[in-house]
Amino acid sequence: MASPDQPRLLMQGNEAVVAGAIAAGCRFFAGYPITPASEIAELMATRLPAHGGTFIQMEDEIASIAAAIGASLAGSKAMTATSGPGFSLMQENLGFACIAEAPLVVVNVMRGGPSTGLPTSPAQGDIMQARWGTHGDHPIIVLATSSVADCFTLTVQAFNFAEKYRVPVVLLSDEVVAHTREAVRLPASDQVEVVDRVRPSVPPEWYIPYEDNSRGVPAMAAFGDGYRHHVTGLVHDQRGFPTQRPEEIDAFLRRLFRKITNGFYEIHMLRAFMMEDAEIGIIACGSVARSARRAVVMARQQGIAAGLVQLITLFPFPRQPLVAACSDCRAVLVPEMNMGQLSREVRRVLPDAIAIHKHNRIDGQLITPDELVKKLISI
Amino acid sequence: MPTNTDPPSAPAAAAEQRQAATNKPKRLFDQHVFRDWCKACGICMALCPTQIITRDEEGKAVITDADKCIGCRTCEVHCPDFAITITERHPRRRKTDGVP
Amino acid sequence: MPSQSMAELRRRYLRHDKKFPHVWCPGCGNGIVLGALLRGIDRLALNKDDIVLVSGIGCSGRMPTYTDFNTLHTTHGRALAFATGVKLARPELHVLVVMGDGDATAIGGNHFIHAARRNLDLTAIIINNQIYGMTGGQTSPTTPYGSNATTAPLGHIEHAFSIAELAVTAGASFVARGTVYHATMLDRLISRAIGHVGFSVVEVMSNCHVQFGRRNGLGNAVQMLQWFKEHAIPLQPHDAKGTAEGAARMETALPPDSLDDRFTIGVLAERDKPNYIKEYDKIRHKADDKRPADAQDDRS
Repeated sequence: MASPDQPRLLMQGNEAVVAGAIAAGCRFFAGYPITPASEIAELMATRLPAHGGTFIQMEDEIASIAAAIGASLAGSKAMTATSGPGFSLMQENLGFACIAEAPLVVVNVMRGGPSTGLPTSPAQGDIMQARWGTHGDHPIIVLATSSVADCFTLTVQAFNFAEKYRVPVVLLSDEVVAHTREAVRLPASDQVEVVDRVRPSVPPEWYIPYEDNSRGVPAMAAFGDGYRHHVTGLVHDQRGFPTQRPEEIDAFLRRLFRKITNGFYEIHMLRAFMMEDAEIGIIACGSVARSARRAVVMARQQGIAAGLVQLITLFPFPRQPLVAACSDCRAVLVPEMNMGQLSREVRRVLPDAIAIHKHNRIDGQLITPDELVKKLISI
Repeated sequence: MPTNTDPPSAPAAAAEQRQAATNKPKRLFDQHVFRDWCKACGICMALCPTQIITRDEEGKAVITDADKCIGCRTCEVHCPDFAITITERHPRRRKTDGVP
Repeated sequence: MPSQSMAELRRRYLRHDKKFPHVWCPGCGNGIVLGALLRGIDRLALNKDDIVLVSGIGCSGRMPTYTDFNTLHTTHGRALAFATGVKLARPELHVLVVMGDGDATAIGGNHFIHAARRNLDLTAIIINNQIYGMTGGQTSPTTPYGSNATTAPLGHIEHAFSIAELAVTAGASFVARGTVYHATMLDRLISRAIGHVGFSVVEVMSNCHVQFGRRNGLGNAVQMLQWFKEHAIPLQPHDAKGTAEGAARMETALPPDSLDDRFTIGVLAERDKPNYIKEYDKIRHKADDKRPADAQDDRS
């Protein structure tokens, strides 16, 4: 998405998230103040109204995500943003968005946890929560941003996935990415590819709100469009009404998963850097991927054939592309600002022949390139 | 079982006086009960000012004396299951249909 | 005298593909409230496409499935927050929210008082049957002191909210209370609430004879309706006027402690406050003229 003719702007990560959301067509934001995500709400408060959109600060995070889902069901592209404590409060309604298949983007700017933790320090301790925080089997897409430019492009991507697959998309950022200011050239808004939800093409009398079709993603009517359909958090049949019939329950839940697996080809996103001849692959995401990239260059200068696989999509976990990228590696190093949440997934998907080395930093400080180079030397 | 907690209350008495005062023929009403929707809760029976709704063998509402209905629709608005409807009875083709 | 016949209301407003009779117990007040809601809507001759009926979790939560509107059955306690998003995204829609006493004032209490404070144009119908019915008869914030319930087997030691008064003090611009006994008055109150621009609340005293009445010697549905008839004190029109002193006068005319288990019915407050939607439109225009000169932003 580099755009040479666009102006170079000095922009904060959180601001790039807002710019990306607006470029993607987001016209509704509901949020609640929380460090380190408040800038997103503040910028939405000034910029959304200028685009005919609506900002509202709700009484808590539960209400914020509820209002965002309500707006989505009424036809708007909607978003909320928070950090760990708020993200925990949002889990039940995140599950509602999964079962009601309401397009939604939830930005979680991770900070030290658990509980109040380290409000102004970066961490990656919410990765498993992003996948399994809400109860019950449910599909969800989780992306991780590592730079201000990514904050823009991945927010747009998050909205496009949410609209295309009718699923909530969690964009994981962290305190460093959120508050870092970098010079970026953002694409002009007409250059940004925007995907909109498929609306019904049949008259209301024939509309089946949760119809199972080949893609597994039903067309979505908005409240007020004359369809007068029903939306509920109860498991429902194809007409949207609660059901207790086992065969309908099974078909419904499996469709929710199938619609995501159908999209693996485009949902799975990762970036390989110098992996062609790498013996040791570093697998990292978020701000840690920035340190890893520097560490790879430094290690190469010391004759170590290292490479980086940066995970953009965390869930659904990009098994095939990761296995392919690391096929020639004898070992991988998984550095994280948590106790090893990604490394479990890496162990699960990579062949046993490849040794998995972990590097876990939970003291609220960034993982530095030097640390990683020292670790690479020891592998 | 619902006891009749109300003596024939004011509306019924008032209807009689109005009726006596005018010489117009008495307005008559038809009552339609959806037996499948009626859950025999007894509310209509208790609140009917002319007490013309009683229970059948399943406890469901049945109208005893349709002509005494004053069309106040208390039963209709208090039925939790939308099971009873009151419509005005218009003289049918045959002149002598129940109207003196 | 209700405007429309039940036959017409049934045909026009109930979903024909839904199984009737509905799921609520024989004699349940929810059915009476639904009837009043349909009559209230019918009186305003609203277009069904423009009505969104939102509910939370509980017996009242199942109401929207039966109605031929845009319907949304949300998570427990959060109906008002979902409804806020729907209304802000599509301000032209009439967004009605039906909740139980627990759904609205226990788990949903925070959203209830903020919706009242915020005064967004929503209508909240709170069916107060003083118990958690669906889950089997636990105490709710309106279960009276000393009552029996499955979670107060030895007598409830907490004291109940007065939902309508809570709404008035939290800032709701239209607040009324009705009962399922006064069904015709109820549909008028609902009409006025829906017609009112701003946050409007109608608390409906309703009977749950199966979970609350049975355990507290209040008898069956008929006897509970009779209880509502005897304990309701209609507010006189003059002191119901919603001006500040109107509300104050309402308080003094009926000092709470003299009410014991009686309660007032009618309009408790009706006042004009700025229209949230119009106010936000002003923000949009203000934002428009001093929008930062972002080169790549256009007015898409």
